[in-house]
Amino acid sequence: MCSLCGVMSKEHWAELGDGRRARVFRAAVLNRVLEHFGLSAQAWAGSQYVLRDRKGGTAVVSDLGALWVEAERLHGAPLDPLAADLLAALES
Amino acid sequence: MKTPVVLVTGFLGSGKTTLIARLLAHPELGETAVIVNELGEVGIDHHLLRRVDERTVLLANGCVCCTLRDDLATELRDLLDRRDAGEIPHFSRVVVETTGIADPTPIVNTLLADPLVPHHYELQTVVATVDGQHGLAGDEAVKQVAAADTLVLTKPDLAASAALDQLEGRLERINPTAPVLRVVHGDVDPATLLEHHADPRLPGRAAPAREPAHGHGESAVAAIALELDASVDWIAFGVWLTMLLQARGADVLRVKGLLDVGGDGPLLVNCVQHAVHPPVHLDAWPDDDHRSRLVFIGRGFTAAALEASLRSFSRLSPEG
Repeated sequence: MCSLCGVMSKEHWAELGDGRRARVFRAAVLNRVLEHFGLSAQAWAGSQYVLRDRKGGTAVVSDLGALWVEAERLHGAPLDPLAADLLAALES
Repeated sequence: MKTPVVLVTGFLGSGKTTLIARLLAHPELGETAVIVNELGEVGIDHHLLRRVDERTVLLANGCVCCTLRDDLATELRDLLDRRDAGEIPHFSRVVVETTGIADPTPIVNTLLADPLVPHHYELQTVVATVDGQHGLAGDEAVKQVAAADTLVLTKPDLAASAALDQLEGRLERINPTAPVLRVVHGDVDPATLLEHHADPRLPGRAAPAREPAHGHGESAVAAIALELDASVDWIAFGVWLTMLLQARGADVLRVKGLLDVGGDGPLLVNCVQHAVHPPVHLDAWPDDDHRSRLVFIGRGFTAAALEASLRSFSRLSPEG
């Protein structure tokens, strides 16, 4: 239960049982990927992240699933993990 | 304890209601609440004990049968309220029949991701009926097959043997993770249907293609198998899969597999499009092969692309 809004909340499947260490590691992985699209993510309170673009755009997202929805909106196009240019950037 | 939910999907006329009506006749399926589209379709007249209201009836074996009035989440909450208020008998299982023309994914998503429903209910298994006489009809039927944990091939007595074999082969190519049961007039052991929920069996019978078929729509849907020798970094995998499902959710109909994340047993991963079951740690591997294995059912991607991408992401983890 979220103490602020009183709504029953549910942990995202990829973040079940996360500790601080896991969140730090996840943010590191996310930032390597998001960098390619001109975005960055910062782990925030609870399971939230603050997402930023290079033009000053900011969004607070509730979990990892919501992060990609908002990242797509800020970037203006889908962020495809199979894209060859992304994989080349990750390998460099 | 959460109430298990069995989802029965299948195209119009493929035998969902016959299957459900026969299942309800089994004594071991007493204490079941059934949510259907039309009471009349279920053929419950001879099982009927009494009518509670215009949309709810009690069956002689203790089951409750009601029509879907509103959205599923509301109906499931309402069932609990009515049970707790003593308006309907106790039930320990729910069977939901989907509409024949529907993609079952939104229902799976309600059961897995609604803010309230997953606190009270647990999706036990998805059963899809396929008309053995007329085969698969269109994209929605293919999505139903992809979403299934068990496939029930109905009316096998009305189809030619060769045609039935061909259809079964096609079902195995679309969804090699689901066993196919040939069932006449809904006559099947309930345990056979319900026990597949935790069956970690993955490709084996029909080896899925490494590359998808070319084409569009239904014809392009194929199952692709990945086997990974090294253990998978769970954090990197979560980032990768959530990103994949957002970018290509419409084309990734199903992901199911066992992941070696470094523990004794594997992690069971099971997604129906963007609806993801909570991952389950299994105590042990089902066989001596302890490699991660994943089946992707969908279109527009290759095994090589998936594997290269997943490997790149795995290397990003500080622990990878």
